[in-house]
Amino acid sequence: MSENNSGNEHTSAAEFLKGLWDENPVFVMVLGMCPALAVSNTAINSMAMGLATTFVLVFSSILVSSMRNLIPNQVRLTAYIVIIATMVTVIDFLLAAIVPDIHKTLGAFIALIVVNCIILGRQEAFAAKNNVKLSALDGLGMGLGFTFALLCIGSIREILGSGTLFNVPLFSDKFEPWVIMILPPGGFFTLGFLLLFFNWYKQRRKVKKV
Amino acid sequence: MDNLIWIFVSALLINNFTLTYFLGICSFLGVTSKLVTALRLGLANIFVMVITAIWAWLLNTYVLTYAPYLRLISFIIVIASTVQLVEMVVKKLSPELYRALGIFLPLITTNCAILALALFATNKGYGLVEGIVYALGAGGGIALALVLMASIREETKLMDIPKVIEGTALSLIIAGILSMAFMGFAGMFSAS
Amino acid sequence: MNEENVHTEDAPKEPSSGRLIATLGIAGFFSGILLVGAYLFTLPMIQANKARALEAAIYKVLPGSKSFETLVLKDGTLEVFKNAEASNQGAPPNSIFAGYDSTGALVGIAVPAEEPGFQDIIVGIYGYNPSAKTIIGFEVLDSKETPGLGDKIVKDMAFKTNFAALSVEPELVVVKKGQKKNPNEVEAITGATISSKAVVRLLQKSIGNWKPAIEKYIATAQKDKQ
Repeated sequence: MSENNSGNEHTSAAEFLKGLWDENPVFVMVLGMCPALAVSNTAINSMAMGLATTFVLVFSSILVSSMRNLIPNQVRLTAYIVIIATMVTVIDFLLAAIVPDIHKTLGAFIALIVVNCIILGRQEAFAAKNNVKLSALDGLGMGLGFTFALLCIGSIREILGSGTLFNVPLFSDKFEPWVIMILPPGGFFTLGFLLLFFNWYKQRRKVKKV
Repeated sequence: MDNLIWIFVSALLINNFTLTYFLGICSFLGVTSKLVTALRLGLANIFVMVITAIWAWLLNTYVLTYAPYLRLISFIIVIASTVQLVEMVVKKLSPELYRALGIFLPLITTNCAILALALFATNKGYGLVEGIVYALGAGGGIALALVLMASIREETKLMDIPKVIEGTALSLIIAGILSMAFMGFAGMFSAS
Repeated sequence: MNEENVHTEDAPKEPSSGRLIATLGIAGFFSGILLVGAYLFTLPMIQANKARALEAAIYKVLPGSKSFETLVLKDGTLEVFKNAEASNQGAPPNSIFAGYDSTGALVGIAVPAEEPGFQDIIVGIYGYNPSAKTIIGFEVLDSKETPGLGDKIVKDMAFKTNFAALSVEPELVVVKKGQKKNPNEVEAITGATISSKAVVRLLQKSIGNWKPAIEKYIATAQKDKQ
């Protein structure tokens, strides 16, 4: 993790934007895919999962950074985990109350946001050392970057696997869906090929610079 | 008994934690390049999972009926402290086992598969015995996936691989193929 | 994680364990308040959602039904589950639902059941007409069957019409598509025979388990009326 902790130099906008592209948690750092990939078989599921994660990330960051001077070092990880678990439980209840259908399809994977390495990672690497405003922006940027990445995976899988996007049919009847894409192997393949593309892109840029 | 066999085989092969639920892929992609390491990590996983299953059942039966909102927090805290406790006990009682499991015990705390096991087992309403069988199946499934992956990666070490696909991308694509192979197990119980 | 973070200058060398416990206590206290608040705030909505989903499923598998009551199995006998407040919490395990039409006549009994399918457990609910000994409706509540193949048990309308009037006697039989001749036969879905068979096995097993209790209950209910 390349975290330049030089607080003042960063503008707020930069803190927000870095999560979207330069330090995109999924494509660049390959973090936090454990629980999320399982529900990335449609665009709508991916978006719900991404937004739920963003919610947890932003509010945990706010809480952690506002208490950063009160929490002794020895118990900081425990305290962070308690805070994160609380936020996850809250979003779990909220989703069950407001959008029961989505809550049913995501199932236990909402609760698994708790072990998403991105969240604990951002608390430790950023929120614990920066003020509330920057931490919230950092959380929002990272969360949206994560949502974006998950949405990419979900859209690819849904378009190829069922021929639809957000349940809207895209092709004529002649399109035979690649069912494998909405099955678990499709998740591995999609992320694998996306990473492959990112590697290729990065290498080409390096070659050009030289 | 039929039910227990179904739970075990379902968790081990048909709904393999790593290859169909993407649980524990962090360690699956990161750690496995040596067969022995993978085997030890798998064993540590089974070990912690069985203990977690017992804890999850205890909590779910005696505490969470009164305070369902504490489910996630209590699971997380119990898992973290169990792993630490197990580490200390194993260190004292069997230094050999401790050396074998090595650094993997603490690493497992952050493994999503352990929490997932506790959540799935309680969601499905498993009792104590069913929970332990489920843990054995799920842990065994993870160990199996780790060992398979490590063996394949040991082979790829000597191959001439294009630079862009090296590392995680390659592992993910191998995992996809493995996952496809495991799809063949589906239906093995209902084909009759 | 970050080595540099462990030794920041503002951290005192060794805070007393009292302070450690106090901090965690305060964090726990606040998260407790937050949790209980969110729980109490969302509970009525979640329960309403669950009740609505159950109600919708029951009315779907018992066409024509307008109201239902929950029956619980106790020592081999079905009893009406009356506790209105508790039924808000969702029906107790081992319960089935008797559906009545607008005149109060029994339409049938809705029974939830589950069975291992191709991929994972299939959870469903079916409507059973005890007097005609037929199944009058079936809905899948939860399944992870293969999209495009096994999930036709949820989406395939032709498969669903199998369960509009399906005689459970002598027993359910799976036949090829287009070869249904007797009222106790179910046409399998092409390309999803395993899932189709799993659904039939689910019905067969569950009917076998519940039939004696349901018949006993109907008999006593009729006696009470006379």
